[in-house]
Amino acid sequence: MGIYVDKNTKVVVQGVTGKTALFHTKQMRDYGTNVVAGVTPGKGGQVVDGIPVYNTLQEAVDTTGATASVIYVPAKFAADAILEAVDAELDLVVCITEHIPVLDMVKVRRYMEGKKTRLIGPNCPGILTSDECKIGIIPGYIHKKGHVGVISRSGTLTYEAVYQLTTSGIGQTTAIGIGGDPIKGTDFIDALEAFNQDPDTEAVMLIGEIGGTAEEEAAEWIHKNMKKPVVGFISGRQAPPGKRMGHAGAIISGGKGTAADKIKALNAAGIQVADTVAHMGETMIKVLKENGIYDKCKTC
Amino acid sequence: MNIHEYQGKSILKSYGVVVPNGKAAFSVEEAVAAAKELGTKVCVVKAQIHAGGRGKAGGVKVAKSIEEVKAYATEILGKTLVTHQTGPAGKVVNRLLIEEGCDIKKEYYLSFVIDRNTARVVMMGSEEGGMDIEAVADTMPEKIIKEYIDPLVGLASFQAKRMAFKMNFAPTVIGQVEKLMGALYRAFMAKDCSLAEINPLVVTNDDKVIALDAKLNFDDSALYRHPDVAELRDESEEDPKEHDAAKEGFSYVTLDGNVACMVNGAGLAMATVDIIKHYGGEPANFLDVGGDSSVEKIAKAFKIMLSDDQVKGIFVNIFGGINKCDVIAGGVVEAAKLVGLTVPVVVRLEGTNVKEGREILRKADVPEVILAESMEKGAQKIIELVAKQNAKLIG
Repeated sequence: MGIYVDKNTKVVVQGVTGKTALFHTKQMRDYGTNVVAGVTPGKGGQVVDGIPVYNTLQEAVDTTGATASVIYVPAKFAADAILEAVDAELDLVVCITEHIPVLDMVKVRRYMEGKKTRLIGPNCPGILTSDECKIGIIPGYIHKKGHVGVISRSGTLTYEAVYQLTTSGIGQTTAIGIGGDPIKGTDFIDALEAFNQDPDTEAVMLIGEIGGTAEEEAAEWIHKNMKKPVVGFISGRQAPPGKRMGHAGAIISGGKGTAADKIKALNAAGIQVADTVAHMGETMIKVLKENGIYDKCKTC
Repeated sequence: MNIHEYQGKSILKSYGVVVPNGKAAFSVEEAVAAAKELGTKVCVVKAQIHAGGRGKAGGVKVAKSIEEVKAYATEILGKTLVTHQTGPAGKVVNRLLIEEGCDIKKEYYLSFVIDRNTARVVMMGSEEGGMDIEAVADTMPEKIIKEYIDPLVGLASFQAKRMAFKMNFAPTVIGQVEKLMGALYRAFMAKDCSLAEINPLVVTNDDKVIALDAKLNFDDSALYRHPDVAELRDESEEDPKEHDAAKEGFSYVTLDGNVACMVNGAGLAMATVDIIKHYGGEPANFLDVGGDSSVEKIAKAFKIMLSDDQVKGIFVNIFGGINKCDVIAGGVVEAAKLVGLTVPVVVRLEGTNVKEGREILRKADVPEVILAESMEKGAQKIIELVAKQNAKLIG
């Protein structure tokens, strides 16, 4: 099980003929992802590494029955690629591309209203359901099948958390990087809701950072709705106000979006927050034990 | 990206926002010439720096004669202004805006920003103008009026009117206010702004609606389609290290400590700064070198970090995902030799090919480069080494 993607997910790669896209397409396939098609306008009819390339996404979907896409196209064209995926009525589109203009994303989000497609990202590492499906650039080998879900605004912190969990014998259902941009498709609450309903997920690691109020809203949602324990981590405690810390969305503006506020909100909702990035795995183990589900979650 | 007030006003004017007549001046002579050209009884001499709070810091003066313009321009040009937004070091004034004065009846606040929760552009307004809007939001949130804008429709006329009436503008000026709101929205959208703020927006004694100040911030990701805006960049307003780093494709933020950090990934880079502080160290910077890990890039990152005299040690914190640890370790060793390290470097490696990476660091003949067993131990080690260096310096 896990959320959003599994062994039945059929993936089409938008921008498949690019060097980076091709590298990650192979990595996805090596992990076991069912990559059925690629799209690069003007290169339809080619076959790259055994994957048929189409000129339009619609053609790729009609021919192969793809259910999800991943976008590796440059920022200038990425918003349009998302629109194309929504128009093709895919279940899921994962946008890896960073630096999409924010106002382009405002229009994309408006276009998505009332449509069936879920967007993950942009500016994200993707999503991986252990031993079933990997979409994006997450290194597959660090994952181990198990019962903890991971949601993060940061790519490298997704890897850190998964790695710490795996090396302490705690496997994962799905790890999802929701991305570091201010306007995105899937937010904490969406993924929490999905993990809450997933029968295999016993607990969730939530990794937030400065900027916006998504963690505060997630804390409130967890307090009201979550049936499973959640462990938090927030990066950017030392970030100076008004400075963008690498991610477009990681900025304290007008005194809002500080790590202190987020940690306070999470604690107030009964969520334990790891002191440092090195203690995410440890904190999860502590919470699993407190909830009497450590043995169930210990996968090796 | 930020620009100066006079540049922002020039852009807004081209979209139909009413701004006072004025001219930028880079010298006292230019200031005097600008005042003469304006020919108004009263002139305002305004310091142009990328920070708010200029008035309180003595950067905005009302001059009633050419002599006063000359005196104020002489006083303000070259002066270091310290405001609540500049930090304690302040900012040196290199440019002035000489502007016609006006008789203010009442001050308002108006801005456009992007709201994360609704994924909409939101127009915000208040009749508490001229004040720090964050203070208004904290103490009188009911005084801040908002209108969320559908990107497919744009700012609707009824929304602008509703906002103007709620902000308690007199019925006689509602038309002017609506027009100004529409113009400001068009500029915001056309130029990919992340903020367009008029504080204060004023109604004059003769019932004119004027944007007395203008602050425009732009979305860096959209600058490629606005070369005219990109040209307005004032490098003297930027931290040179942050500027150099941006050229290399790094994200860099200067902090005031002595432990430099080099990390892959923004989230891990923030968390690394935090862990240094957690164990009692003082981080010198935030640096995300991104996915690429060539020797040249790592060497460049070392150079940028070492250009800060305060730096007494470097913590390299890498999680090798797609990037392999052995490649990164090789890069660190080569870069260390190339740069000629003067301070200790503690390296924490984890992830893909970590064994090979650690082996490369162990075998490398660079005494300054020390391998850490874990992130926690690495953070503690670099703090300890920096403390020793400081003790030596004092001793």
